[in-house]
Amino acid sequence: MSSSVSTTGGEQQHPIRLYLMVWALLFVLSVLSYGVDYFHLQGLLRWTLIIAFMSLKAGLIVAVFMHMAWERLALIYAILLPPVALLVLVGLMASEAGHTHLSRLLFFR
Amino acid sequence: MMSHATPQTAAASAPALPPGLRGLVADWSGDRQTFHVAWGKAMMWIFLLSDTFIFGSFLTGYMTVRGSTTVPWPNPSQVFALQVGGVDVPLLLIAIMTFVLISSSGTMAMAVNCAYRRDRVNAARLMFVTAALGATFVGMQAYEWSKLILELDIRPWGNPLGAAQFGSSFFMITGFHGLHVTGGVIFLVVVAIRLLRGRYERGGNYQIVEIVGLYWHFVDLVWVFIFALFYLW
Repeated sequence: MSSSVSTTGGEQQHPIRLYLMVWALLFVLSVLSYGVDYFHLQGLLRWTLIIAFMSLKAGLIVAVFMHMAWERLALIYAILLPPVALLVLVGLMASEAGHTHLSRLLFFR
Repeated sequence: MMSHATPQTAAASAPALPPGLRGLVADWSGDRQTFHVAWGKAMMWIFLLSDTFIFGSFLTGYMTVRGSTTVPWPNPSQVFALQVGGVDVPLLLIAIMTFVLISSSGTMAMAVNCAYRRDRVNAARLMFVTAALGATFVGMQAYEWSKLILELDIRPWGNPLGAAQFGSSFFMITGFHGLHVTGGVIFLVVVAIRLLRGRYERGGNYQIVEIVGLYWHFVDLVWVFIFALFYLW
């Protein structure tokens, strides 16, 4: 990634080849994630693949298309660290949902 | 978005900034400008961060209602299937929408590249292509909504297929995303027209194209999460 650093005056200029490669890779990853549904994969394998392809696509978009890979750490941390709080929320709400689900099964069926 | 010179042109000629973790500390403790990017770009990133929290909360809410309901969740693979030659192809419309949005992200990245090479005609042209793909996406979403409302009788408060929360999550999440795409199309067209008229030529500052690009890629990024967590899960 560091081979094409040229942030003169804050302008992000990178070879077009890199954009085309990422574009193609995003297409491949989308086909693969569609394949997860098309071939009716189920259970843990399905969820693992969905999350893996999603993270790869998101990472490529943020790092290359949004130029995060070439920004300074001050900006990267300011933008990418706060969403970790969302993961905490997801964890809290997942246990909350499980609790609600169990009590509904016990009392409302 | 004004064309006057930003402080970062001065920073470029100043002594080299330390990289890595030392740079992180130096940037934050400098008692001066923290982000060495144009203010418009920093502000767009901070706006996108706030938007991340909105979509993140929506998706977390969706996870909570889906995890807590005792009524079976409608199978998105069948709900969003399209008939091609008498055969039901699962999720076909959503797959096409995904490819349209990814293509638009690609053309947007090329537009930013052209703008920084001062090739403003091609940059504007690519931005119009991006906007057209975005409009196509919104059109397909409108088709999908009308199909779900009219044919499958899905409402935000209930549906004949299963859990009532399916409708509320679907309309809220995709509706909010669709609004973002629509706003992005307008933003793209406005900036592309200004680009063609030479508005940024005078100041020599093409940062605005990258800022529009950041917004557009973010819209694509959110769709990656919606596609994976709502449609595929």
